[in-house]
Order: sequence, then structure tokens, then C-alpha cells
Amino acid sequence: MSEDGSGAPIVRARGLRKEYGSGGGLVRAVDEVDLDVAPGEALAIMGPSGCGKSTLLHLLGGLDRPDAGELWVAGRRVDRLSERGVAQLRRHDVGFVFQAFHLMDELTAEENVELPALLAGRSPRQARRRAAQLLDQVGLSERAGHLPSALSGGQRQRVAIARALANEPKVVLADEPTGNLDSAATLDVLRLFEDLRAVGLTLVVATHDERIAATADRMISMRDGAFAGETRLAGGTRGNLAGLAGWGE
Amino acid sequence: MQQEAVLAMLAKEPSSGSRLRARLNDALGPLGEAVNEGQVYVTLSRMEKAGLIARGEAAAPEAGRKVYELTAAGQERVADWLSEVAWPRPDLAEFHLKLVAAAQAGLADPVGIVDAQRRELLRHLRDVERAAMAEPGGSQAGLLLEGIVLRLQADLRWLEACERAWTNWRKK
Repeated sequence: MSEDGSGAPIVRARGLRKEYGSGGGLVRAVDEVDLDVAPGEALAIMGPSGCGKSTLLHLLGGLDRPDAGELWVAGRRVDRLSERGVAQLRRHDVGFVFQAFHLMDELTAEENVELPALLAGRSPRQARRRAAQLLDQVGLSERAGHLPSALSGGQRQRVAIARALANEPKVVLADEPTGNLDSAATLDVLRLFEDLRAVGLTLVVATHDERIAATADRMISMRDGAFAGETRLAGGTRGNLAGLAGWGE
Repeated sequence: MQQEAVLAMLAKEPSSGSRLRARLNDALGPLGEAVNEGQVYVTLSRMEKAGLIARGEAAAPEAGRKVYELTAAGQERVADWLSEVAWPRPDLAEFHLKLVAAAQAGLADPVGIVDAQRRELLRHLRDVERAAMAEPGGSQAGLLLEGIVLRLQADLRWLEACERAWTNWRKK
């Protein structure tokens, strides 16, 4: 159970560890991390580059295996899964969004979004229908036939978010999703994340973008592979807005 | 409320107080909520006394309604205001001295002060982001909200630098 009793955590880690190198050059990229994420929660993990936040995210999504510790994601005991089990986790339970988008350059936006559904064994017709629906959701229906090279950075990231949702994951993991985006495209991504939360998706974002941290339910600061602090952000008052612009009384 | 900003809005055309307020609201979006009608009328009456605007009667479709228009002096003030390069200064020195004083006198932990301040700014940022998300794309108010977001980000980055520096200081 999570601390506030809102149900079993959808992500739970105990003593999670990942090391690189060996001997004197041994680096603990993730150092005995304990984490509970409640279903439907939006969590931001913040910290300077090299603090281990990306490695942690990769462990949570089964892109990388831990050296020690226990990890549950969406009811699966991930640290004990076989390679095949981990592949299943990546295909069905988690969706990934990366800073550099990682789209297939030679496939159109629509084909990129279809791909995960096809790999998961859905029929081409189902995959196409789902892709069309998702591209509509991210506001890119009219660009469905474009190659990534014909899209702006913000549009590419929206395609990548649509792709992450293709198999209706329970958890979306995003690694610096706004790292390559300008201010307006960042706002688009924030809006999309807001939509995902509205439908109950769980969101874990590794970022150094304060804008994502500010809109999350909870923010964890990470330093040297470990958690250094945690903040829950409740909203202030909107009446304050004018004061922030130096306007008003 | 800044007199010149209201004055400049009248440069487009003579306008009634309520119409002026509607135009201010369009430009300010959610920030316009802080502007009440009373304030607009107080500002208008002050400017009228100062000879910057004059009351007249509206032309055709609104004939008979009272409207305010710029006088020659008002037009000159608007022109001066547009060419001004004054910029509101954030008072960073005060916060900086707060940290220095707290550390030197051992009154409080500067890192704790930075942390509390950061949480406060993140709360502000959250409010502004929410307002920005609700704003339709391409709105004038959206651009204003973007400006507030960027300034808060700059302040948060400085707090990060403060945190690093005072954490190192504490270790010594």
C-alpha cells in the first residue's frame, strides 16, 4: 500500500541498484533507491546530468537490468523476469518517451505510431485505427503521412508520445521529454501529459526542466544516484498571477 | 494600475470605460481578473484631471455614449512611454543578503531558506503553467504567461546555483 492509502503502488522499488565499471572505477549510478509511485500519479525526478535519473528510468522500464534490489511494475516482479518477460513488460505495460524522440526516420508519423501495436501482435487494421486515433489526440492528424524529417521538434515529440501510448500502457516513462524543445513546444507536451493524467495514466519523468516539475504531483531530487529530497506541490492561488507579471496594485 | 498602459490602449480609438476594460482583459487573459472596473475608472479620472484624456461623445453606432479620448498631451505621453526602455528589476540583492546574514549569524540554514524559496517559486510556476495550458494557442495573454514562465525559470536556476554554493559552504 502507498503511504496515503490510495491503493497498491503501480511502481515499487526497494534497494534498487545499478553499477557501472569495476574496481576503483566503480560507479553506483543508482544507489539503493526505494520508490513508490501511486497509480495515476505524475512524478518528476529532477537532478543534474549524471545524477542517475535516466538510469533509474531505464531500470523502471526494463530497458536495463538492476544489479540488486527488488522492482515491481504494474504487478510484475521485474528484477526476476526473464528476457522474454521484460520484453513483454516493455511491450504492454510501459510506454517510453525520449529526449531525442527516437523515431524511425524512414517511416511516416503514422507508421511510427503503428509499429508498437504491430509488434505486440495486433492486426494491421487495428494498429492503423489506433494510430489514427492517437495522432488525432496529439493534434497531428494532418501530418500523419509526413516523415519525421518534415516535422518540427515539438511535432516529433508529440508523435513519440502517441507511439508510447500505442499499446495502452499503464505507466509512461519520459526521459527529458522537453530537453530539445522550445518554450511553445514544451507547453504542448505539458498539455498532453495533463491529458494523460486525466485518463488515469501514471507518469514518471526524469528531467531538469522546472516546468515539468512544477506541473507534477510530486518532485524527487536526485543526487549521486540517490534521492536527496521530495516535494509535493499544491497549487497556490490564481489571483497571484497578475502580481507575478508586475501588474495590479 | 499603470496609467500609461491604460492611456496607450486609448490611442487606437476613443473608447468607453467598459470597452477599454474589455480590451485590457483580452490582452491580459487570466491576469485581467486582477483588473476591476473601479480601478479603470479611477485611473481614467486621474488622467482626465491631468489633462491627458478628455471626455467626449461617441460617434455613429454608439452615439450618445460617453467615451474617453487622448488629448495632445496624452498622445505625447504615449509616444514617450513607447520609447522608454525602463525595465522592472527583480530584487535579487535582498534574497542574497538574507542568505549571507542567516549564514554569518548562524540564524538559519541558508540551504533550507533556498529550498523553501524554490518550493514557493515552483508553486507560482505551477499556477502560471496551468493558466498557460488553459489559454488557446496564439493568444496575446499566452505570450504574457510565457514571459512569466521564462522569468520564473531564470529565478529557479539562480536558486539552484545558490543551493550548490551554500551546500559547499556548509560542508566546510
